[in-house]
Amino acid sequence: MAEDAGPRLGRRLPDVFQGDIWHSFTRAPIVVLSAAFLVVAFLAAAFAPWVAPYDPFDLASLDIMNSVMAPGEKGLAGETFWLGTDDQGRDVLSTIIYGARISLVVGIASVLFSLVMGVGLGLVSGYVGGRLDAFIMRVADIQLSFPAILIALLIDGVARSLMPRDMHDELAFYVLIFAIGISGWVQYARTVRGSTMVERDKEYVQAARVIGMGSGRIIWRHVLPNVTGPVLVIATIHLAIAVITEATLSFLGVGIPPTTPSLGTLIRIGNDYLFSGEWWITMFPGVALVLLVLAINLLGDWLRDALNPKLR
Amino acid sequence: MSLLDVRGLQVEFPSRRGHVVAVRDLTITVEPGEILGIVGESGAGKSTIGNAVVGLLEPPGRVSGGEIRLQGERIDNLPDALKRALRGRKIGMIFQDPLTSLDPLRTIERQLVDTIDYHLKLGEEAAVARAVGLLDAVGIPDPAVRIKQYPHQFSGGMRQRAVIALALCADPELVIADEPTTALDVSVQAQILDLMKGLCWDRQVGMILITHDMGVIAEMADRVAVMYRGRVVETGTTAQVLGAPAHDYTRSLISAVPRPDVKVPRFPRVTYIEDAAELPEDFDLSTHWLGQARNFGAGHAELVRLEDASMRFTTTRSMWKSRRRYLDAVDRVSFEIRNGEVFGLVGESGSGKSTVARMITGIYRPTGGRIRFGDTELTALQSRAAAAPYRRQMQMVFQDPFSSLNGRMRVRDIVAEPIHFHKLAPTRAEAARIVDQLLDVVGLGAQAAQRFPHEFSGGQRQRISIARALATRPRFLICDEPTSALDVSIQAQILNLLKDLQQELNLTMLFISHDLPVIRQMCDRVGVMRHGKLLEVAATDALFEKPKHAYTRHLLSLMPKLERIMQPKMAE
Repeated sequence: MAEDAGPRLGRRLPDVFQGDIWHSFTRAPIVVLSAAFLVVAFLAAAFAPWVAPYDPFDLASLDIMNSVMAPGEKGLAGETFWLGTDDQGRDVLSTIIYGARISLVVGIASVLFSLVMGVGLGLVSGYVGGRLDAFIMRVADIQLSFPAILIALLIDGVARSLMPRDMHDELAFYVLIFAIGISGWVQYARTVRGSTMVERDKEYVQAARVIGMGSGRIIWRHVLPNVTGPVLVIATIHLAIAVITEATLSFLGVGIPPTTPSLGTLIRIGNDYLFSGEWWITMFPGVALVLLVLAINLLGDWLRDALNPKLR
Repeated sequence: MSLLDVRGLQVEFPSRRGHVVAVRDLTITVEPGEILGIVGESGAGKSTIGNAVVGLLEPPGRVSGGEIRLQGERIDNLPDALKRALRGRKIGMIFQDPLTSLDPLRTIERQLVDTIDYHLKLGEEAAVARAVGLLDAVGIPDPAVRIKQYPHQFSGGMRQRAVIALALCADPELVIADEPTTALDVSVQAQILDLMKGLCWDRQVGMILITHDMGVIAEMADRVAVMYRGRVVETGTTAQVLGAPAHDYTRSLISAVPRPDVKVPRFPRVTYIEDAAELPEDFDLSTHWLGQARNFGAGHAELVRLEDASMRFTTTRSMWKSRRRYLDAVDRVSFEIRNGEVFGLVGESGSGKSTVARMITGIYRPTGGRIRFGDTELTALQSRAAAAPYRRQMQMVFQDPFSSLNGRMRVRDIVAEPIHFHKLAPTRAEAARIVDQLLDVVGLGAQAAQRFPHEFSGGQRQRISIARALATRPRFLICDEPTSALDVSIQAQILNLLKDLQQELNLTMLFISHDLPVIRQMCDRVGVMRHGKLLEVAATDALFEKPKHAYTRHLLSLMPKLERIMQPKMAE
């Protein structure tokens, strides 16, 4: 009844709202920079076979004589290795590009896994309520009392003991996605549960019930689209955590096998050479990882602020 | 010299997309002991005036012209520190919602004493004594005991009394009351208004009373300023402005207020604010989609019948039966709704009237009693599938136009959803055609289909809501406070629309409202509810002329007294 004409405008019009997000984006140079870096990183990772100077996994093109060359050195065939080579003569720049590809695929896939599981459980928990809600939330509480990395290690360990070794190497990729994915669903579930409980009592949901719709359809068509805002923010920040978790697991040797190295595997391989002076083998993948995670985090933080009308 | 003297005030809210001028060229004065009413509809800039006077404009809003003088001193250009000293000391504020204007974590005593101490520097003991005295003055029984309590231990009306005490802490010269009774029930509203009027007179405090309610103005104000889109269109004494309005806007605003004394066939059209068409002239039911397949339950004298329907909510769960606590939201209510009539349910908040509606539509499953719809006993149906054909025959229009539409869906999809769900149209193209027609029928026009709900005003959203409710071609329509969130001129349009639809489609309606004049204009028979019980059912005229139950008489006595001022002869 008693709203003023002024401050309401922003909330009413979505095109204006969209405009505000774009406006806030262009006003934050560091965010623009992060976004630009991520676009480049994603494109390079997606088109690795065309972008990378060499194919580090093509054994025919590798020459052991090219091993551990310093950055900028020229190889036997006169090719230049801008970031040097590793112990097997693989171009570090190329392994980083291919490694980032694996890191990002594992990260994105496990985020999607967490997201689908967490949002699904959160919606059901918040909408149905009662005992089911209590059960799901207690499971979430129990899981939260273990560090995510421990859960991932546990799952990886179980998978190792259940599968023969070569089969595990083949499936390591999927085990890792599952392990990281399952350790991250709680945050989605909690957030979505909260918003669902708010949306559930709104009149548009009651209107759908008056039409005669069932709960499943109401959740899917009406509640889900209205609780996705915060999920986007969590997913962005979770991507950074997932990439780091993958790198940690690979660094510990329980992640991606060295035949198809991810960034974490590369850092582990290079770690052995750090004290003998071949710093570039571990340093450059490390820097790549830091930049990647930093850019994702900066973007996620900004997104959270931009989507939150209270902080604007 | 007036107490408050505002000249040529202009308030703007600068933004990236140009400035919004919320108030322009405003000139008002308030004398000591006088109540100046500021009345207008949403977005008229009423609240902005109050905020500008106390210096609490929300950034980036700012005073961009004119001056505000309090007792001859200019206050609009004071530095923040001096403005702060002014608030509470010279100017008290009473806000709309007593739930949020008190700090829930501190006792009433702390809140009062701190304020008194800050402004008057009395010392603890004297401040406490003064706080108790103030609570006594605002009519709180046992002030010395109640002062130790927290806001949640007070009822809504008591809280608003405490807020008034807080505003009077430091003996201000001027009190700004922004919709002080809008969140309260009518019986509480009457007491609070009486209290405020008495205090103003006793203490010779000037008051700016901001409200959208003509009834409150008629009861309270000495003089009125009518605002429309940031401008004052008319000022004068209350009797003069309400009795012989000079401006077109004031006239249409007053004519839109539902009359409690006599039923009129239609509200006069208010073309001033929202321009939505009325039901098309050439509307022919026999050929229209809406008119087909609507012979459900036609052979019965009554369409809906409640027999001892009860709804009990558990408020405290426990493994032990003796520890469980229940709330009987609806307690053995029985009534019937006849075919083609508009049945009204009236009562204050918490009386259980909305719960009755939710039980009939199946949102709640009654914990006792039976509900019959036509031939069928709804409460005996076990599955959702079995109930589906009956659900289709009853639809509901909700109170809050902002939460009753899914903001992520286009209007077309919102209105088409029931059609698709109940498979009422053979093809998608056919459904789209029906949606366009429905939007025409509710006066929005087919081009509305492409847009999202937030692009519409409250009244227009309520029209979308009505279109959605009509999309299943229901026989029975429940309206739960359909206009209580709307401005009075828009309320008149929506009520006209509902009346037209009810007549054209021969709908049976359950109309729920706390607003007696609206009930009188809309309903054929009325039931009065209180604390979950149905006290009285009677034909509308009989209920208003010869109420049987004491509570009904009490409610009727609290109706707005607008008529008394407008037509002094009739009231005598």
